[in-house]
Amino acid sequence: MRWKTTLTGSAALVLLLLFCGGDTHAQESHIGNLTGNVKRGKALYERYCIFCHGKYGDGRGESAPFLDPKPRDFTKAVFKCRSTPSGSLPLDSDLYDTISRGVHDSGMPSWKPLLRQERADLIAYIKTFSSAFQEEKPGAPVEIPPEPPISAESIQRGAQVFESMNCWSCHGKDGRGHGPSASALTDSKGYPITPFDFTSGSRFKCGETDRDMFRDLVTGLDGTPMPSFASAMTTDQRWDVVHYLRSLSSHRTHGQLAPISQQ
Amino acid sequence: MEVLTLRRIGMQLLALGFLLTSVQPAHGIPAFARKYGLPCSACHEAWPMLNNFGQTFKDNGYQVGNGRDAPIYQEPTYWPITFRINTSWHRESNNRTAVDVIPGNAGGGQVERTVTTSGFDVNSLDIVTAGTLSSNISFFVQPFINSGSSSLAQAWARLDNLGGSRWLNLKMGKFEMDELISQERILTLSGTGGSYFNYFFTPLGDNNVFEGIGVPQLGVELSGHSDNDYRRYSVSVLNSNSGQSGVPSNNTYDVYTNLNQAFEVPKLGMQRVGVYGYFGQSPTYFQTSGGIPISGTGMGNRSFSRVGAYGQWYVGKFDFQTFYMHGQDNVFLGNSVPANQPASLPPGAKAPTWNGGFVEAHYDYNPRLILIGKYELIRMSQEANPGIRSNAGNLDAWTVGYRWYPIMNPRAGLAWVQEYGRVLNTGAAPLSGKDDISNSFLMGFDFDF
Repeated sequence: MRWKTTLTGSAALVLLLLFCGGDTHAQESHIGNLTGNVKRGKALYERYCIFCHGKYGDGRGESAPFLDPKPRDFTKAVFKCRSTPSGSLPLDSDLYDTISRGVHDSGMPSWKPLLRQERADLIAYIKTFSSAFQEEKPGAPVEIPPEPPISAESIQRGAQVFESMNCWSCHGKDGRGHGPSASALTDSKGYPITPFDFTSGSRFKCGETDRDMFRDLVTGLDGTPMPSFASAMTTDQRWDVVHYLRSLSSHRTHGQLAPISQQ
Repeated sequence: MEVLTLRRIGMQLLALGFLLTSVQPAHGIPAFARKYGLPCSACHEAWPMLNNFGQTFKDNGYQVGNGRDAPIYQEPTYWPITFRINTSWHRESNNRTAVDVIPGNAGGGQVERTVTTSGFDVNSLDIVTAGTLSSNISFFVQPFINSGSSSLAQAWARLDNLGGSRWLNLKMGKFEMDELISQERILTLSGTGGSYFNYFFTPLGDNNVFEGIGVPQLGVELSGHSDNDYRRYSVSVLNSNSGQSGVPSNNTYDVYTNLNQAFEVPKLGMQRVGVYGYFGQSPTYFQTSGGIPISGTGMGNRSFSRVGAYGQWYVGKFDFQTFYMHGQDNVFLGNSVPANQPASLPPGAKAPTWNGGFVEAHYDYNPRLILIGKYELIRMSQEANPGIRSNAGNLDAWTVGYRWYPIMNPRAGLAWVQEYGRVLNTGAAPLSGKDDISNSFLMGFDFDF
């Protein structure tokens, strides 16, 4: 009788430890060899992020009323910049990249001056604002095939796809972001949103390289009107569109930048 | 009785615990917080001391690089101005002040006595306007108003990211020396603890025009830094008049340079080491008119230097700042003798040299509360005049204190400050040449908006 009680108690303890262990793991972040810690992340969040993103991560910090676009609402677990398919959670490395890079033309600066470990800790804490990170797993990252050479033909084909896919209805015929639908666009929270002006340069919200741009076409920018073209365009068409959009800007980024996760 | 005492101690500990746990995360420094909506704790370890994000922001020309740094993106009503004021009650004491034996009778002789004063005070008013004039053109203007006087503490413009490179930034005007452990952003305010003594040290009897690396100087600075600011450099060419406006005191220029490198240590945080050097010349006499020196005609220039190394060390919530300096002035400067009168040098006169440094430790309980401890020393290794005691001018300074930020929002900040400082100046008593000891206690508000 006594050993049965002991056995039951031990089993309960093991289950408890497993439960707690699993929970702890879900509260972590993993970027390369870095493991983010929630407790440290909370302290950093309160120092750096709370003023815009709010105490509850809902994007309602004290500065939020004065910011355009509005700060991200982490409770929705919807993120623009991902390497995962539309509708799925981002990888930890996607969030790390966004924190490191910042979001151009918004209130979100680059936090690269923070330690790599600190950025990993922040991600661990940001993930606690939504239960989705404990209930679901991020999708598999989309594949980005090698980029074909840029050519006049590729640019020409890209212009045709831009036309046929109605990209111009938001981004405008000349890519300046003032298409006929532009003024009516809103994000998933109902705030007005402006399509990207491709003539303004190559600092896109989710990266500067051609590969970043290709990935955006595949994943879409969740929470914005920019859809995924994963099934609507072929791989070649996506590269053609990338080449066409690049041709609209005089600020082309040459070569490939190192993945920001390594910076 | 013993139980009552224990209970009282327990209640006090409880109250302290409540204080420590009830404080909320800190926010905002006014001018830039208003512009970017960021909390001030984003840029400051504890205001006004910068963290690496704040240092990067500063090195970027007060730009975060989000495409909205130029003033054209700001509301027309945005005014990039901050006021900073200290109001306090403080007590100052010095054990060897020279006083007239008969008050009011200057001819009756003097003695050294302890003089203690105390009262409420408004220490100073800093007005800072800074930011960007355009994308990649930044500026900083800081009038300084003290009781009964005003001056221009800093005024400069800077061309940022020349040729698209972070490694090329050119600043011209009157500016603080590039010092990561900054006198301009020191956490302590009291009469004895409010300065890094090494930054302003001159040996006893020395008449070097240069007042120290803690004084903003006039000139140009070329600087640069890596993307995350881990690697930085600066080189400045400066007037030789220690930041005073008008023509330089002589016809030479000084050079200051600073190089530093940060690195990450797992489980500890960022660590940074750096080296610096200031090399200049100072006049030992001037052309005169009716016996009065003519400004800008300094002659008999003699050299001096300040070189050293420093570090910033983070260990969790603790951080330590360590600083070392080796200083040397020419023998004529050290003995206040014109270079054209070498016979006036005392027998055995030598160039004064000294070593100094400090350790400043902080415990960053949270962004709203920081505890501060500082120890600083200066040791003369060679006196200019062998006739005076070998340790005259040595200095030991201790400061302890804390800053608590009960109010910090994007429009204003207020810190409650308490600190105690003590300075021992060896052989510096004005009459007897004995040791001179000063004590400061300060408590008050340090606020800006």
